[in-house]
Amino acid sequence: MTAPLTVEVDLGSGWTPVCRYDDLVPGRGAAALVDGRQVALFRDRAGTVYAVGNLDPFSGAHVISRGLLGTREGVPVVVSPMHKQAFDLRSGHCPDEPEGPDGTPARLPVWPVRLTPAPSAP
Amino acid sequence: MARTPHLLLVGHGMVGQHFLQTLTRRGGAHRITVLAEEPRPAYDRVHLTSLFSGTTERELSLWEEEFGRQHGIDLRLGDPATAIDREARTVTTRSGAVAGYDTLVLATGSRPFVPPVEGRDTPGCFVYRTVEDVMAVRARARHATAGVVVGGGLLGLEAAGALHAMGLATHVVEFAPRLMAAQVDDGGGSALRRRVEQLGVVVHTGVAARGVEAGEDGTVHRVTLTDGTVIDCGLVVFSAGVRPRDDLARACGLPVGERGGVVVDKGCRTADPAVYAIGECALTSDGKVHGLVAPGYSMAEAAAGRITEESGEFTGSYPAASLKLLGVDVAGFGDAHATGDDALEVTYADSRADVYKKLLLTPDGRLLGGVLVGDTSAYDVLRPLAAAGAPLTSPPEALLFPGGDASGAPSGPAGLPDEALICSCHHVTKATICAAVSEQGCTDVRAVKRCTHAGTGCGSCTGLLTKLVESTLSRSGVAVATGLCEHFPQTRPELYEIVRTHGVTTFSRLIDEHGNGGDGCEVCKPTVASILASLNPRLGNSVHILDGEQAALQDTNDHFLANLQRNGSYSVVPRIPAGEITPEGLITIGEIARDFGLYTKITGGQRIDMFGATVDQLPHIWRRLVDAGFESGHAYGKALRTVKSCVGTDWCRFGVQDSVALAIELELRYRGLRSPHKIKAAVSGCARECAEARGKDFGVIATSAGWNLYVGGNGGMTPRHADLLIADADHDTLVRTIDRFLMFYIGTADRLERTAPWIERMEGGLDHLRSVIVDDALGICADLDALMARHVDTYEDEWRATLEDPERLRRFASFVNAPGTPDPTVRFVTERGQIRPAPVLLPVPEPAVAR
Repeated sequence: MTAPLTVEVDLGSGWTPVCRYDDLVPGRGAAALVDGRQVALFRDRAGTVYAVGNLDPFSGAHVISRGLLGTREGVPVVVSPMHKQAFDLRSGHCPDEPEGPDGTPARLPVWPVRLTPAPSAP
Repeated sequence: MARTPHLLLVGHGMVGQHFLQTLTRRGGAHRITVLAEEPRPAYDRVHLTSLFSGTTERELSLWEEEFGRQHGIDLRLGDPATAIDREARTVTTRSGAVAGYDTLVLATGSRPFVPPVEGRDTPGCFVYRTVEDVMAVRARARHATAGVVVGGGLLGLEAAGALHAMGLATHVVEFAPRLMAAQVDDGGGSALRRRVEQLGVVVHTGVAARGVEAGEDGTVHRVTLTDGTVIDCGLVVFSAGVRPRDDLARACGLPVGERGGVVVDKGCRTADPAVYAIGECALTSDGKVHGLVAPGYSMAEAAAGRITEESGEFTGSYPAASLKLLGVDVAGFGDAHATGDDALEVTYADSRADVYKKLLLTPDGRLLGGVLVGDTSAYDVLRPLAAAGAPLTSPPEALLFPGGDASGAPSGPAGLPDEALICSCHHVTKATICAAVSEQGCTDVRAVKRCTHAGTGCGSCTGLLTKLVESTLSRSGVAVATGLCEHFPQTRPELYEIVRTHGVTTFSRLIDEHGNGGDGCEVCKPTVASILASLNPRLGNSVHILDGEQAALQDTNDHFLANLQRNGSYSVVPRIPAGEITPEGLITIGEIARDFGLYTKITGGQRIDMFGATVDQLPHIWRRLVDAGFESGHAYGKALRTVKSCVGTDWCRFGVQDSVALAIELELRYRGLRSPHKIKAAVSGCARECAEARGKDFGVIATSAGWNLYVGGNGGMTPRHADLLIADADHDTLVRTIDRFLMFYIGTADRLERTAPWIERMEGGLDHLRSVIVDDALGICADLDALMARHVDTYEDEWRATLEDPERLRRFASFVNAPGTPDPTVRFVTERGQIRPAPVLLPVPEPAVAR
C-alpha cells in the first residue's frame, strides 16, 4: 500500500474528507468538525474506521472521541471517558443504560465512513 | 384524516413528567399540552436538599428540550390551571388562556401543611417543597445563626439536615412523641433521636410550636413552644406534612375524599371518564393518598396504560423506604406498627452504637414488617421477604444480627423465597433472575441485567442482584469468573507476573498470547498500561506512557496528562513536592492561571489545581510551567500523588525531625511510579501529626529516636487509619522499607485496590506484610529493591518529554481536521470572580443514519 488513504464521512450531505487514515492511532479516537457538527472517529486494531457522534448523552460533554475503544462479547464499543458507559460503534446503542437521564434513548448517531486513495483535504 | 386527540396534563412535577415519558414510550397518539405552575420544568424534588451540597438546578432537572420537541409537547410554565369546565371539556389558566381537552390528567401534587401557629406568616417563615423555597431558605440562612424546623417527619429531618449543613444551630419540633412517627416505632425513634442529637441538632418531641415572634426588623426573631421553651432563631421551616391539592377537582364537582384527594379507580380514572388523577393529589382505590414518589410513578404508568391501551392498574403500593437523613440510615417496611396477639416482635438494640432493628412476624413465621435505624444493611433482603409474605426459612434473629454470615449480610439472597421482589423498579423476582442464570445461560450480572432489566432502574438493588447471581452461578456449578474481564482470565497480579517473567512488552502480545484476543476494553487496557508502566524500567522499554502502542491503552486522563472535568475541559496540577513552594513559584502559577483564564483552587495534597484548560491549551500551559521549573504532578494517574508535610523542625516549636526535607526526598523518589491505584503519603515532624500521615497509604511520623512508618491508611469513602509497620527506624531503613512496601503492593494488588483493602485481604495481614518486606520471608526483597532502583534511575518528567516530541504533541488537537479551532461547546460563566463550567444545554442529537 503506497498511496496515503483519506478518511471520508457522510453526514447526510455527501462524502466529506476528514483526515488521513494515518492520523488515526489504532485503538484510539479523534474528534473532527464536519459542517459544524462534532464527529468522533475511531480506528480499531483490525483497521476498521467508525464515525459516531462526539456528544456523550449522559454528561452532555463532547468527549466520546476521547474514550477507550474495545470489544464487548465481540461487539466493537467505545467507552465514554466521563462515566464509562459503552456504546456500540456500529449502531450507536448503549447496552449499559438504554436510556439517557431524560428518558430518551441514549444512542450516538452513526455515520457511514470510507477510505479513499484521494488526496487529503487541505 | 382523523383529528389527533388532545391530552392536557395539569401539573409538571415528578409524577407528571413520568407520565409523559411512559405515555410517549407507549406510543400514545396524542397532541400533548402541559400546564405547569412553577417557572421551571419538572425536577427531582426528592433530592431538593442536595441543592445545599453543590448539586445544580440543572442536574435536578428531569426535562430535556429534545424530549419535548421530539413529542411535540407544548409545555407552558408559570401558568397554572385555575378552573375546569367538564361540560365544555376546557381548562382555564391564571393568564386567562383556555385549553380544550379530550383527556385530562391531574397531577397537581400536594401543598405543605402549615399548622395554625400564631405569627406563621412572619417574614423568615418558610415551607420546603420547591426550588424557590430552598433558595429562599438559603438566602435567609446566610444571615441567621439558628433555625427551627416544625415537623420531625421525613421532610422535616431533610430540612433540618439542610439547616445543619449550612452551619445553623438547628432545632426540630415534633408534636408526636418521637421522630419519624409514621415510619418507625418508639425504639427506632429513640435511636434515631440519639444519633441526630449527636450531630448537635436539638430535638423537641411531644410539643408544638405555639407562636413565632418578630424582632424589630419585622422578621422572625424567636419561636415559643407549648411547653414554654423559647428558641431565639432567624428562620422557621414548616414541614409538618402535606395535603393533596384537589381544589380544581373539588370546584368542578369531581368526588374527593373526606380528608382530601381526588377519588380515582384502579386505572386512576376519576368519576369523569375523561379525567384522570395521579400522584399525591389522588385518593386511590385502596383508600389512601400516597405521598412517596414510587407509588406516584406506578399511578402514572397505570394511567398511561389505560389511556393508550385500556390496561394498567394501581391497587396500592408496598410501604417501604430506606434513606439517609442527617447522615443516619433509616428504613421501614411493611407494617411497622402491628400489635396484638397476631404479631410477634424480634428486636435487636445496641444503645451504645445507637443501632435499633425490629421485625414483626406472624405466629406462623411470616414477616409483617420492620424498622431499621443506624444500620440498614439488612433492608435489601428483608424488604422482598416481607413483601413476598412467605414463611421465613431462617430464624428471624439471624436476619437481624450484624455479621450473620461472612459477608456481613444477613442470611444472603439464597434464603429469599422465589417470589421475592429483587428489583422493585422493574418488578423482577428472584425466580426470574435465577431462571436467567440457570435457563437462559446468563453468566454475569451484566447479562442478567440485560435479560431481565433488573437493576437498571434506580440501581439500589445492584448489590443484592450481584450476590444472587453469584450464588446461583456457584450453585449451578459454574465457576464465578475471577479474571480481570472478558479478555483476560487472569487477575491483575497474575498478569503482572506474566509481564515480568515473560518480558511481554506490548498489549497486543499479551492479549493474543495470554488473553482471549479482541481489542480489550476499558478495564484491561488501563490495567495493562499501568503494569507496563511499572515494569518498563525493568524491561528496558521507553518509560514514557504515551509511546508506541501504550498510547492507545491509557484512560483519557493519562492520555492527555491532565484531569478530565465535567464539561470536557481539563485541570492541571504541577508537582509541588511536600507543598514547599517559593514566592516566585506561586507568582508563576498565578500568572499562568491568569493568562489562560483558569480557575484555581488549593488541593488537599498541598498543591494548586488549575481548572478549565481545553485540550489544545494543555501544551501551551505546560510549556510555561516546564520553563519555570515545574514538572508533572501525576494528579491524572494511578501513581504517587503527593507526600504532604508539616513544617517540621525548621520552624515549628514542637517538631523533632525535619519532616519537609524527608517529604521532598520521598516525593521526588516515588514521583511517576505507576501503581494499581493512586498512592498518597505524608510526613509529620512530631506526634502531633499535623500532616495527617495516618490517613495515607504510607505515613511517616517523627519520633525522638527516628521515624515510625504507618501503612494502609486512606480517606475517601471508607476512611481508615494506617497501622504501624516499623518503629523508630533510621533514614535508610525507612526508605528501604517504603521502597519494598510500594513494589510489593504494585506487584500483588488487584486493579483499583488501595493499600488498605490490599493489606486487609492479605492472609496474615500486617504481620505477613512485615515478614515479607522487613524479614524477607519470601526472599524477594533484593528484587523489590532492584525494581525501585530502576524506577528512580529512569524517571523522566512526562510533560517535559511530551513537549520535546512533535509526535507526542499531535494528540493535543481539538479537532483532527481543524486543530486550531477550540471546542466551541466548552463554555464558562463567572462565579465568585472565577470561571466555572456553563450549565450544559444538550444540543439536538443528530438523527441516526443506517449504515
